[in-house]
Amino acid sequence: MDVSVEKKIQMLGTMIVSRKFSDALRKLCKIKDKIPGMMIVADGQEAVGSGVCAALEPEDAIITNHRSHNHLLAKGADPKALMAEIFGKKTGCNKGKSGTLHLAVPEINAPCTTTVVGATLPIAVGRAFAQQYRKEPQVTVCFFGDGAADEGSFHESLNLAALWQLPLIFVCENNLYAGGQRYEEHTRVTDMADRAGGYGMPGIIVDGNDAPAVYNAALEARQRAVSGNGPTLIECKTYRWGGHSETDPHEYQPRDEIKAWQEKCPIRRLSEALSDQGAVTAAHMAQMMSQAEEVVEEAVRFAEQSPYPAPREALEDVYA
Amino acid sequence: MQKLGMGQAVNQALREEMHRDPGVFIAGEGVGVSIHVNPMLPTHGLLEEFGPGRVKDTPVSEAVIAGLAVGAAEAGLRPVVEIMFNPFFTLASDMIVNHAAKLRYLSGGKSTFPLVVRIKSGAGFGAGCQHSHNLEAWVAHCPGLKVVMPATPTDAKGLLKTAIRDDNPVIFIEHMGSYFAPPMPVPEEEYLIPLGRADIKRKGRDLTVVTWSGMLGAAMGAAETLSREGIDIEIVDLRTLTPLDTETILASVEKTGRLIVMHEATRTGGFAGEIAAVVLEQGFKYLKAPLRRVTGPDIPVPVSPPLERFYIPNADDLIVAVRELLP
Ligand SMILES: Cc1ncc(C[n+]2csc(CCOP(=O)(O)OP(=O)(O)O)c2C)c(N)n1
Repeated sequence: MDVSVEKKIQMLGTMIVSRKFSDALRKLCKIKDKIPGMMIVADGQEAVGSGVCAALEPEDAIITNHRSHNHLLAKGADPKALMAEIFGKKTGCNKGKSGTLHLAVPEINAPCTTTVVGATLPIAVGRAFAQQYRKEPQVTVCFFGDGAADEGSFHESLNLAALWQLPLIFVCENNLYAGGQRYEEHTRVTDMADRAGGYGMPGIIVDGNDAPAVYNAALEARQRAVSGNGPTLIECKTYRWGGHSETDPHEYQPRDEIKAWQEKCPIRRLSEALSDQGAVTAAHMAQMMSQAEEVVEEAVRFAEQSPYPAPREALEDVYA
Repeated sequence: MQKLGMGQAVNQALREEMHRDPGVFIAGEGVGVSIHVNPMLPTHGLLEEFGPGRVKDTPVSEAVIAGLAVGAAEAGLRPVVEIMFNPFFTLASDMIVNHAAKLRYLSGGKSTFPLVVRIKSGAGFGAGCQHSHNLEAWVAHCPGLKVVMPATPTDAKGLLKTAIRDDNPVIFIEHMGSYFAPPMPVPEEEYLIPLGRADIKRKGRDLTVVTWSGMLGAAMGAAETLSREGIDIEIVDLRTLTPLDTETILASVEKTGRLIVMHEATRTGGFAGEIAAVVLEQGFKYLKAPLRRVTGPDIPVPVSPPLERFYIPNADDLIVAVRELLP
């Protein structure tokens, strides 16, 4: 299906903000005592979050994993609140409890980011069940990596979601690596999408660096889900440009492989397509870039100027 | 004498045991090709030395990592598998709790399960509660498992070698902070430290602190500070939670008459409660004061630095508790 220019520009905008957000984090995390914990970013994978989320309604939910920033920004999370949380500040979206790895933004229907690999799937089953139960015309999207498909939870979740025809979209973000393992070092199946058939749901393969293609696949899956025809597994083939985390020297990742994938940058790809179409000019592009930079700079400023929570605030929020 | 961090001491124990016994193999996520390249880490260089036949990188699949150990152990191998971070133990727990711990019993004593599950644990890295939850009390609650938590490189080496040779499933929990603590002298030669034997890390007469794993450093620091005021603390490093060395604990409390148990894990249902119960049952008459627990509060480990610092018990918390108990 032809994707409108407005949609494409929207997706491009989200991807650029995501990239700039990550640019900032990759620098900031190297400064001692600036950001607590392990820094995990997703440069080169922006088309997945932006393409999928562009196909969603605000009431649709996403459940995401340790590599969540792009997904959350694309779903509409406030960059300031995310950044402050990543800094461990009181003004962060989770008051400093979650940090970079567990950002929860229920107000935009992104209620759970879990770092337990494979844990997004069963929770998404529950979220989608609630939508079906209440006969809401909404879907839940579950993001996970190719590595997560090796956890038992993947298999249990696909089976149950298909059995009950839940309004769920399983988005496997196959970035060719799971930690230090290349894809073919952790599974024999060529395409993760093939596993869908084993549970009785469609498995779609999409070029994960092509935002409009991801958008179309998600839109179709959403349509299937809301019309009561059950879940879909979408495998987005993409690539992790950096190491697993920013402290990973990732020598196991061939440098020419990285280069080749950087040539397929999803942002450049969509912006070139749009300019070939005559839909954006160089000036327009430059403006999008500087706007995104401003958004991220403002978020960093907000995070830096925000106070830390008081120590005893650690005791709050355990129980309702 | 060589100086090693705890990860290096674990590494040496693994190497020695793999050389000694061809049935010893290791498996887990990133035990061969790792996302952390650092000679201070426990499995560094093992793949290069022993090859992919004995150093098995697995997919992200904790249930089958633990199951692999159970099945292979029954067949006569000696698996040493790794669970990357303590909270991921929950994904492996069916195989460990319902199988490793129970299958020998269910066989009427016919089968043995000589396996070790190494678990990296501990807070202090800003990684948050899904990476930093100390679950030793959960496993200590399971008959059939032995639970070992070394606090020093020397203990780690000797205890791990014993654990690998033990015919029972052993949960071997390593505090990640110890990997990067200043290296300590570790005997180069082969030695074994028996499981179930606590170690008095500091002799004293006024009060007993029972602790283990990552809290030993804080306890020693507090004892040092208090000694300048003439307060003399005895520190019992448990080393093994189950089987529990009640004899050493009771002898120490008999001598000092006062007890504090200190651990990083959360309070309610924590292993300090077990030690308190043992002392109340068997050593009530020795106590000159109520006992105290110095533990993490009953919250998940938060990320933000001031919050995480609030969570982790420290020397000052221990000193406050000591002052409460002394006349
Ligand atoms: C249950 C569990 N096991 C192990 C880990 C450690 N870990 C974090 S991310 C990761 C790799 C996951 O790979 P994948 O699902 O492909 O996602 P990607 O990192 O490539 O985005 C691993 C092993 C974890 N967080 N949770």
